[in-house]
Amino acid sequence: MDINPILLLAALMVASTPILLAAIGELVVERAGVLNLGVEGMMITGAVCGYIVGHGSGNPYVGFIGAAIAGAALSFIFALLTQFLLTNQVATGLGLTMFGLGLASLIGQGAVGSSDLIVAKLSLPIISDIPVIGRIFFQHDPIVYVSLLLVASVWWFLTKSHLGLVLRAVGENHDAAHALGYNVRLVRVLAILFGGACAGLAGSYISLVRVPQWIDGITSGAGWIALAIVVFASWNPWRLIAGAYLFGGVTVLQLNLQAEGLKIPTEYLSMAPYLATILVLVVIRAGRAPGSLGKSFHPSS
Amino acid sequence: MLKLEKRPQPSKGWTFGAPILAVVLTVILGMGLFAILGKDPILATKVIFWDPLFGEFADLDRPDVIKKAAPLILIAIGLSFGFRAGIWNIGAEGQYIIGAIAGAAIALAFYPMEARWLIFPMTILFGALGGLVWAMIPALLRVYFKTNEILVSLMLVYVAEVLIKAMAIGALRDPDGFGMPGSRDLRRFASAANPDLIAGSGIHLGVVAAVISVIAAYIALTRHQFGFDVRLAGQSPKAAAFSGVNPNKLILICMAISGALAGLAGVFEVTGPSGKILGSFPTYYGFTAIIVAFLGRLHPVGIFLAGILLALTYIGGNLAEQSLGLPSAAIKCFQGLLLFSLLGVDLLTNYRIKFRRMGEAK
Repeated sequence: MDINPILLLAALMVASTPILLAAIGELVVERAGVLNLGVEGMMITGAVCGYIVGHGSGNPYVGFIGAAIAGAALSFIFALLTQFLLTNQVATGLGLTMFGLGLASLIGQGAVGSSDLIVAKLSLPIISDIPVIGRIFFQHDPIVYVSLLLVASVWWFLTKSHLGLVLRAVGENHDAAHALGYNVRLVRVLAILFGGACAGLAGSYISLVRVPQWIDGITSGAGWIALAIVVFASWNPWRLIAGAYLFGGVTVLQLNLQAEGLKIPTEYLSMAPYLATILVLVVIRAGRAPGSLGKSFHPSS
Repeated sequence: MLKLEKRPQPSKGWTFGAPILAVVLTVILGMGLFAILGKDPILATKVIFWDPLFGEFADLDRPDVIKKAAPLILIAIGLSFGFRAGIWNIGAEGQYIIGAIAGAAIALAFYPMEARWLIFPMTILFGALGGLVWAMIPALLRVYFKTNEILVSLMLVYVAEVLIKAMAIGALRDPDGFGMPGSRDLRRFASAANPDLIAGSGIHLGVVAAVISVIAAYIALTRHQFGFDVRLAGQSPKAAAFSGVNPNKLILICMAISGALAGLAGVFEVTGPSGKILGSFPTYYGFTAIIVAFLGRLHPVGIFLAGILLALTYIGGNLAEQSLGLPSAAIKCFQGLLLFSLLGVDLLTNYRIKFRRMGEAK
């Protein structure tokens, strides 16, 4: 066995980033009382749009932005249906995933990229030279840091800002929030759009950095794992990091074991992330979900 | 200004009208999609919805529509019970795959024994059991550990997808297949094959099972205590609890039914139309069946009609791919649009839309 633990941990951060990005978006959506099961669909649409825009413009960052816009656009369909036409959120989210998977494979036909599109690593000065720790934590592409900053900002927003308080009130009890004069729908639509943008960005990170290539079905369940992590984290932003890195760890470890040519056939190893998700859902008791999660809101009732 | 007013009772007329309006709306949206893809929208719509049933070569296409509709209806009927009661089995695709693997495994274990009276019923039984066991995992975890059945059943789809690939190159690989992935063709193993009852009609035992499931579901929902419990639990969980419905028992039963029916769909598929594990084995039925269940308004008769419609989009989509070069992914988009329109139009069933001039008193 020859697995370098330092490289393994560094790879872990890269593998976790898309799940973390998608999960932090969904966390905000769920704290606003909306359950969007369309993460997988928004993510894969983001993956293909980011890939095409990034390679088309020659600039991966333009690709990331394009992917976030594509994800938000797709989530807007969900927002319209659930907030204004009061559709069932579970069914609509599933529809969004199916539609997104179809749309992505449609858009992605014949998508070609140049292989020289590289997202430069951002080595943070001084601290990246610290032995071991520097290699693991501080020699990554900027999006890895963006994802961590996003988690911190979301934590600050939810717990310290007035708007965050409003968002939580809407998620806990939409009738009370409405009675206090807050615009429940507006808050929810904005939260849904934020969730969509994060999912889109997460998808493009897979197609522009992690793999980096467009393959049909490339997200292979990462969006669903992100949903599971939100439950695992009990809707708490900091615990989200632990969850995402745990799954990144399982993924990277199984890939490394595959490369090592272990006795276990590779097919069975690639089940590991999904089985780990189930295991964690069973073992970890989730905290209390937001009070109005998944319920439709209509001002008249 | 538009205003929504909640109806005291769901509208009877719109309960039937909404799915039809949704289909019309989807066809219009779909024509837009085809136009964007540079295909003649009217021609594409005709090829998809008209030609498989009444076109020049419809005699060849109609059996295919029946073959596609049967598994969709079978799975959707199973899902409809849980969906009514608020139990979300999203992993029917996994249960369908495991049903096929379990059935094929038991049949191949007896290869080449000639005892159809024993092997065929056992194959079908194991198929149903395989799906049932796979569905019991999320059900038991929900009952005993309060885990979310949506996520667990979905994760198990990915596990099942890995498993079928592993089986095709591992335990179930055809030993006479020159090392190619894929199992023996079960259609050529007379003891386990599920051929058309009348050659070329497309009607195999899975189709018969689908029709029986529709009738049985109708009786269960309208004439049986179980159907009443399911409907009550969906409309008002509290009222259900007071009337003595055990929610855990309901979860287990609903998941068992949907798992077993999905498993049946899988085993009928692998012994009949597709014949093999992997290769020609069609996937994605488990997800499309969710659309079928909703389009049919979770009602057995509605599901029957919706299953035929969705089967039509598959076969018509294939025709459009061959003759017009319409990408097959467009059909997946189309199916997603159908679910969107359907859910959106449902508003009319539960709410009344009122037009009001601006400034008028509330």
